[in-house]
Amino acid sequence: MNTKGKVFKYPDNVDTDVIIPARYLNTSNAEELSKHCMEDIDTEFVKNVNKGDVMVAGWNFGCGSSREHAPLVIKTCGTGCVIAKSFARIFYRNAINIGLPILECEQAADEIKAGDEVSVDFDTGVITDMTTNKTYQAQPFPEFIQNIISAGGLLKSLKK
Amino acid sequence: MGMTMTQKILASHAGLPEVKAGQLISAKLDLVLGNDITTPVALNEFNKAGFDSVFDKDRIAIVLDHFVPNKDIKAAEQSKQCREFACAHCVSHFYDVGKMGIEHALLPEQGVVTAGDCIIGADSHTCTYGAVGAFSTGVGSTDMAAGMATGTAWFKVPAAIKFELKNSLPKTCSGKDVILTIIGMIGVDGALYKSMEFSGDGVKSLSMDDRLCICNMAIEAGAKNGIFPVDDITRAYLNGRTERRPIEFSADPDAEYEKVIEIDLSKIVPTVSCPHLPENTKPASELSDIKIDQVVIGSCTNGRMEDMEAAYSVLNGKKVADGVRCIIIPATMAIYKECIEKGYITAFIDAGAVVSTPTCGPCLGGYMGILAEGERCIATTNRNFVGRMGHVKSEVYLASPLTAASSALTGYITAPKED
Repeated sequence: MNTKGKVFKYPDNVDTDVIIPARYLNTSNAEELSKHCMEDIDTEFVKNVNKGDVMVAGWNFGCGSSREHAPLVIKTCGTGCVIAKSFARIFYRNAINIGLPILECEQAADEIKAGDEVSVDFDTGVITDMTTNKTYQAQPFPEFIQNIISAGGLLKSLKK
Repeated sequence: MGMTMTQKILASHAGLPEVKAGQLISAKLDLVLGNDITTPVALNEFNKAGFDSVFDKDRIAIVLDHFVPNKDIKAAEQSKQCREFACAHCVSHFYDVGKMGIEHALLPEQGVVTAGDCIIGADSHTCTYGAVGAFSTGVGSTDMAAGMATGTAWFKVPAAIKFELKNSLPKTCSGKDVILTIIGMIGVDGALYKSMEFSGDGVKSLSMDDRLCICNMAIEAGAKNGIFPVDDITRAYLNGRTERRPIEFSADPDAEYEKVIEIDLSKIVPTVSCPHLPENTKPASELSDIKIDQVVIGSCTNGRMEDMEAAYSVLNGKKVADGVRCIIIPATMAIYKECIEKGYITAFIDAGAVVSTPTCGPCLGGYMGILAEGERCIATTNRNFVGRMGHVKSEVYLASPLTAASSALTGYITAPKED
């Protein structure tokens, strides 16, 4: 599995309230919610994101509320992967459970710039910045978690 | 090597003699919780995966609290979906309007959670129940769906930070000032993936409401859970209240902690978290030039009886400053009723405040107190992120009920008076 696209860059501590503000959470419809993804810190994101694009962020991405709507809207917008220095723990679980690829890589998060074209290979954890021709190695997931991902999410892995 | 209190509860629920930090385990759950925002997503997943029954109708709690009484048609549809599921599966702990309260105030009050439990909830503040000596953590909706179907969840066993509490708090401070001070000290990811275990002689000086407030905001330091040891205060609180027998776990004397941080409670001062992160803390006394438009006293963090008492002690016989809206929300119907019986609600209204039935509404910018552009609110809630309570250019300052009520009287951020 892999993704290829351009980079949207975000700072440390991006919280789930800015990923999807609670004022919209009177519905669980992912298509409808995804129109508001990131709007409180980046009104251009939804207009400019294309399938396969990559979010790159700092420490503690997805902190705050447990709302699964957050990884869900990022995925529904077409985002192929989120790379961060670290993820808040509930967001980390939720992303794995719903099948949004995420990778932790401090160096990549520091060096990759907004607008760069990158490709990410989830099986090997190799991130390639095609704009700068640099590659980065992300931490691989433990096998237990890889099994959830390869089954297509937590519930599918339970049903196997 | 010994185990922490959290590790012991997890080992017991995983059927293992011992567990170590970093180990992946599957643990049996004593309770699976959801609310009117997160449960609909869980139900969609539950149905899509083809599950047709829940693992135990007595071990699931669904609390309608975020947008009820329903704020609009869509919110009403979400509540309806929860209600129909609860009815179809005979969920015993289903709390609708009239019985409901803010989940993390309600479930301890009603005795649905107890010491030794292993609990997941599709709400990040599920970590609150560590106050009664349970392992309790927030998860997402898919985990809730899986938990409802199987009665189990996977966990990575957390390492821990120990907070050694000593002495007791000054009268102007409460549990809120303790946890805000800690978050200011270690940062919003200072306990990421870890347990925050509270211990030391200072524990006995903290009431159950203080402990519930402290554990509630463990997530604001990134923690997996916060937990207090079980003592006579816990036992007195749980006695006659809980439906399951409490089981007391305690950390081994040789348990391993990544860090031990000593907190002298007597040195804590009234503390405020400034926009837009809970770690941006300052003493309330340094913020006296910050003018406010709104005060919110309530939420799963500070909507309990002691919080109402604190608000009453400041507001009784006084007037909210001109130009300030003061919104007070008791967290459960029992607290609301007690406030009526004690005359607090009359005092709040006479002071110029407005009082609502229980709801999470304003805390997350849902309804009942949304801020306009440029407005400032001092709130006893738990998050002050960009846009959390309304317009992206509004500001939220987090504080204790005493500080929030004192600020309501002056219209500026105001530290509580010493007397």
